[in-house]
Amino acid sequence: MPELIEKLSFYLEFPFVRYAIIVGVLVSLCSSLLGVTLVLKRYSYIGDGLSHVAFGALAIASVLKLTNNMFLILPVTIAVAILLLCTGKDSRIKGDAAVAMVSVGALAIGYLLMNIFSTSANISGDVCTTLFGSTSILTLKQEEVYLCVVLSGIVLFSFILFYNKIFSITFDENFARATGVNTTAFNLLIAVIVATIIVLAMNLVGALLVSALVVFPALSAMRVFKSFFSVTVAAATISVLCSLIGIVIAILAGTPVGSTIVAADIVIFGLFYLIGVARNGGN
Amino acid sequence: MNELIPLITCRQLTLGYGNKDIVRDLDYDVNVGDYLCIIGRNGSGKTTFLRGLSGLLSPKSGDIELCEGLKRSEIGYLPQMTLVQRDFPASVEEIVLSAFQGKHRLLPFYGRARRERAMECMALTRTESLRKSCFRELSGGQKQRVLLARALCAAERLLLLDEPVTGLDPESSETMYRAFKDLHKKGMTIVMVTHDVDAALDNATRVMNFDQISVKGK
Repeated sequence: MPELIEKLSFYLEFPFVRYAIIVGVLVSLCSSLLGVTLVLKRYSYIGDGLSHVAFGALAIASVLKLTNNMFLILPVTIAVAILLLCTGKDSRIKGDAAVAMVSVGALAIGYLLMNIFSTSANISGDVCTTLFGSTSILTLKQEEVYLCVVLSGIVLFSFILFYNKIFSITFDENFARATGVNTTAFNLLIAVIVATIIVLAMNLVGALLVSALVVFPALSAMRVFKSFFSVTVAAATISVLCSLIGIVIAILAGTPVGSTIVAADIVIFGLFYLIGVARNGGN
Repeated sequence: MNELIPLITCRQLTLGYGNKDIVRDLDYDVNVGDYLCIIGRNGSGKTTFLRGLSGLLSPKSGDIELCEGLKRSEIGYLPQMTLVQRDFPASVEEIVLSAFQGKHRLLPFYGRARRERAMECMALTRTESLRKSCFRELSGGQKQRVLLARALCAAERLLLLDEPVTGLDPESSETMYRAFKDLHKKGMTIVMVTHDVDAALDNATRVMNFDQISVKGK
């Protein structure tokens, strides 16, 4: 044990490890907050779809050799998020199919582009990194960290400011609209926030595992807690803890960061599931 | 008889989904002080009309106009329960308080007046003892009463009710109807879609029958 702590504090000397922890905490905090809304609105899969879109955009950005690929990835993902979340609310099935279509489409085109216009010798390594975020969180540059801090700050601020509005729209969009809430504007806001979080989270766990960050903490919290507020707080706490645990284990044991974080989320979900069952008497 | 002041006017109103018209060329006014009951068979267009009045469904043609400076934020609405809500982790209090979202712009918290108003509405629907309970663990009738408390909170001038007593026991429905009657006496305009024709005729000042789309005054 003392060796482990020593090893950890040795690693913490490095700025890239501190960056990883800062980004990890912020991203997991943001994604879990919106995750509650997405899960309850039956939009769990949107996160997955959008992350594939972000992957496709990333491929285009690297083909175009952009210096800062964020400027392409973020707008493209936001545009698709608005398209998916703000249309087709009257026809759930169509929306579902649209997500599936956009999701695999972007994945395929992204991989295709990366292959045709490959700039590096190790394409499958690059693709694997993007999809599973195996090392990208440990290679963050200082400006990426700043960008992440600013964007998460905006996301957190809007979430707290509009918390009650988000609740009322999530619980009953029709009631909210009928009683004068501008639901179109808030759905738009939610779509933009979700897209931003997805793009940020891609750095942390990679494109394929993003929806785990969105979905697992919310689902774990919902097993046990009974009010929207407590579910939100619990989801945020669980998510941040899992990311910290995941990053630390990944550093100490040399495992891939993204998958380790998700594994931690799964373990916690199992735990909360059991607590929920015990409480409700097997219900 | 007082002069009739329209609160919502419908002109040549056609409502429907896709290619199907459900309400066609309807001219109708909801007047200030009405207690209007809308009755009719399933699928006759009652709920569609109510969705039109509440602004959830845009007219395919014709107009629905809010008059007398009526704002959406002064309308209370009791929709039929949706699938999402059945397993929603939220406390009763959170749900009732969410009624005020249309009224208050950007504050992230609720003031004392709002909280007191919410308590009153919970008392009216006999849900105050459930205040801290989890919505998804309530019975169907209790859920209905919570959603009604929320509608009452939002309603300042107009209350739109879609089958408000569905799933309630006779005693609760009785309380409900009495609450509506009191509100109506205090000047609330009420529009109610219902299957409960007897109770409707007891309380209503007007009845709209979608089986004939003939409209009777009283």
